[in-house]
Amino acid sequence: MLAQYVLSGLTVGAIYALVALGFAIIYNASHVINFAQGEFVMIGGMATAGFIEAGLNLPLAAAAAIACATLVGILLEKLAVERARGASVVTLIIITIGASILLRGLATLVWDKRIHPVPGFSGEQPIAFMGATLLPQVLWVLGVSAAALALLWWFFNRTLTGKAMLAVSHNPLAARLVGISVRRVLLVSFALSAALGALAGILIAPISFTSWDVGVMLGLKGFAAAILGGLGSGPGAVAGGLALGLVESLGAGYLSSAYKDVFAFLIILAALVFLPDGLFGRRAAERV
Amino acid sequence: MSSFPTASSAAAPPSASRRSLAALAVIAALLPLVLPNAYTYEVAILVGINAITCIGLNILIGYAGQISLGHAGFFGLGAYGTALLASRYGWPTFVSLPAATVSVGALAWLVGRPILRLRGHYLAMGTLGLGVIVSIVLATEDRITGGPDGMAVPPLSAFGFAIAGEKAWYWIIAAVLVTCVWLAQNLIESPRGRALRALHGSEIAAGAAGIDASRHKLHAFVLSAVFAALAGGLAAHYAGFITPAKASFLHSIELVTMVVFGGMASTAGAVVGAAVLTTLPQLLTVLKEYETVTLGAVMMLTMIAMPRGLIPTLEKALDAARGKPV
Amino acid sequence: MVPRVFLAALLVPIAVFAQEPIRIGAFLSVTGPAAFLGDPEQKTLELYVEKLNAAGGVIGRRLQLVAYDSAGDAEKARAYVKRLIEQDKVDVLVGGSTTGETMAALPLAETAGVPFISLAGAVVIIEPVKKWVFKTPHTDRMACEKIFIDMRARGATKAALISGAGGFDKSMRAECVKVAGKHGVQIVADESYGAGDTDMTAQLAKIKGTPGVQAVLNAGFGQGPAIVTKNYRQLGLGAPLYQSHGVASKQYVKLSGDAAEGVRLPAAALLVAETLPASDAQKKVVVAYKQEYEKRFNQEVSTFGGHAYDGLMLYVEAVKGAGTTDKAKVRDALENVRGYMGTAGVVNMSAQDHMGLDLTAFRMLEVRKGDWQLVQ
Repeated sequence: MLAQYVLSGLTVGAIYALVALGFAIIYNASHVINFAQGEFVMIGGMATAGFIEAGLNLPLAAAAAIACATLVGILLEKLAVERARGASVVTLIIITIGASILLRGLATLVWDKRIHPVPGFSGEQPIAFMGATLLPQVLWVLGVSAAALALLWWFFNRTLTGKAMLAVSHNPLAARLVGISVRRVLLVSFALSAALGALAGILIAPISFTSWDVGVMLGLKGFAAAILGGLGSGPGAVAGGLALGLVESLGAGYLSSAYKDVFAFLIILAALVFLPDGLFGRRAAERV
Repeated sequence: MSSFPTASSAAAPPSASRRSLAALAVIAALLPLVLPNAYTYEVAILVGINAITCIGLNILIGYAGQISLGHAGFFGLGAYGTALLASRYGWPTFVSLPAATVSVGALAWLVGRPILRLRGHYLAMGTLGLGVIVSIVLATEDRITGGPDGMAVPPLSAFGFAIAGEKAWYWIIAAVLVTCVWLAQNLIESPRGRALRALHGSEIAAGAAGIDASRHKLHAFVLSAVFAALAGGLAAHYAGFITPAKASFLHSIELVTMVVFGGMASTAGAVVGAAVLTTLPQLLTVLKEYETVTLGAVMMLTMIAMPRGLIPTLEKALDAARGKPV
Repeated sequence: MVPRVFLAALLVPIAVFAQEPIRIGAFLSVTGPAAFLGDPEQKTLELYVEKLNAAGGVIGRRLQLVAYDSAGDAEKARAYVKRLIEQDKVDVLVGGSTTGETMAALPLAETAGVPFISLAGAVVIIEPVKKWVFKTPHTDRMACEKIFIDMRARGATKAALISGAGGFDKSMRAECVKVAGKHGVQIVADESYGAGDTDMTAQLAKIKGTPGVQAVLNAGFGQGPAIVTKNYRQLGLGAPLYQSHGVASKQYVKLSGDAAEGVRLPAAALLVAETLPASDAQKKVVVAYKQEYEKRFNQEVSTFGGHAYDGLMLYVEAVKGAGTTDKAKVRDALENVRGYMGTAGVVNMSAQDHMGLDLTAFRMLEVRKGDWQLVQ
């Protein structure tokens, strides 16, 4: 049974990790918490379902869905965040909250209010593993997430754009002084977060279906995971996501399934009280 | 780099705040002349209840500069507290309401000390977590609380007279609202309020000036919790019904949105923000399936155009028109 | 002379009154977590108000539908019901897709003396009986009883419960726990999952590990039960799985895919309308509704839409019987409905029973090859 709990915890944890990474990337570029992050996840799943119903095959539908979400992310940055430059962080957060409401409303107009299934990437036959059973989709979730993480690591540490983004997260003013366009970095960060969110949505949809409001809970849990891991830290987001998933699953299995979310949040609160900057958070140096 | 809100926390001069208090009292007194039916009274009452919560929340967010994404939890606890004391333990409602409000304040005091050690987004997460825990517990313990479908609440009564009907409640809420605005303004202009505002600017500098940051943050937190619990209790007795959705994460977000939308560090802003964001969805129902999209668009456009919130932007425009230095 | 003048004086208000439309006030969860319910309900009401008007209206007056979306929020529901009663001045209230919304709005209908036909499930709506409140769907208690009777028929005496966090889930779970003993079933496990949860394998693994489980009942609606069903097969649980009437729709079958094979649930005959034997008293009504709905909306018919149809038609029946829209007279007429055939079953209202359905109104269905089959 432990193996079953761990597997299910890692599966949902990988999704939280991808969503948390989306939060972290945008936060690093702008210190904004993008409350519309969950909606990128929703767009990924719903667009895939929509394209499949329109006749495309799965890989094409998924690619198209990621493209759609990326476009929405870019539009969000250009039309909303950029226009509000100079506003306080709280104002920007409210703008992203407005964006999430807008996107949910749009989803009900573009698609509908029903729940949509998405076919598993390689079938539905459960696989037995160490006394537990898992759906093949779980392997996809874990595998693709790991690949995405590897790609991100390569991007941030080995490409110029990625390194520029890291520079902005450390010190925007200095980055500007050496010629990095903070606006471009902001644009790329929104596009990247949207793509990551959409990827998470596509990976999880075959397991838990998709509908116009899946983004709310996933966004909330992804945010919690990002904070737990230390806001702004990539490895932190991943660690936070996996930890959150495991705590939920083990809590449901060994303690009480009705209160598993309560345990998860209690653990996060306890962690924050002892580690006020999260698991991997940088000690924020405040200039007096 | 300061980790959080940077709204200007200079308070309006005392004469201006007395003027706005008087204006509020006048509007509240004259409004019934234009309200055509009980439904519009209901909307006015809902605005008042939200405004009471937002005034408290504004003290925390706008003046003390601490974010709370879980305040609906206090609202819900106040509501369920008075509901349970009155219906399950038979307490008279004019005792259960203050008792619940004070208990929530005590709880906020207990919980606030560890939580307020967090800063910025981490505090946001901490308060969010608390709010979610409260709403889950309220929804899960259905034998005590009636679960997600909620429970009935006895009406507010004193000395055998039950307060019922929109008109009576309108006057009660209006009176409570005006009192709360008065209290909030007095606090902000007092030395304690100045200490709060100093905190917002820079905790370290305030500390250097001898202000005990954690004590003042805690007081602001507890006070805002008390306002929210009072509003929650009143809402419960007015509606005769309460559900755990009132303690949900989405409701907390709505409250923060009202405060920011109206203008942080502005009590008038809190009231106006509550008024606009409570009535807007009612007005938008004519748009049927386009209601959500329109609401989101309105929120975004307003915050982009008026990043400091409605009231501060209007004040700035008025000052500019009068030729005063902005 | 005087009588003629008198008649003339009477005719004027009657003439004016004849133009006044019959206002039907609806508050439904068209968006939000219960959109599953409210969307077909609203579509049904719009469709049949249109049809009734095309056929000449009711007692010579046309029907006007005033519908608001309460999005599953009890407070919104209250505000809209107030609006319907005070501002829109409706003659009847049909709605309250969820129990929470219905319970919040109930007192308003009672105080204002407006007949209210609820479309929500919980037994608490009509028990104890309230003067102005009626309801058309089967109660969750009836669903539990139907399921337990079927369990016993298959030889199962020990059952496990798994339910979600929503109002419907919790209410049905509480009812099932209450009536299990009466039917000789012992509940040996009781798990739950949260709203928006994506994986229930932990809870089901616990049930699998509980000794002696002979049947499993999932009280829920939305996507939760579909995920439970898929996880159920994935874990290889062999005991029969029962779902609730909350997922009595093709959407559940589509979402669960092959995993739904062999799942049983209680539902209205509406779902198997065409396969009912010709002698079945309900066949005519359910087939007519199913064909109309599917033709117009190009969507599978839903039992929730059926409840809205029953609500509207019961009101129309009562108005025709009373000859007026006078609220008190219509209320009395509603209470005296006997032998009315709706999509949910035969309705026999009385002063003590404001729902009027009995257990025969529920049929036990089984999913076979992606379609519903009546279990004899």
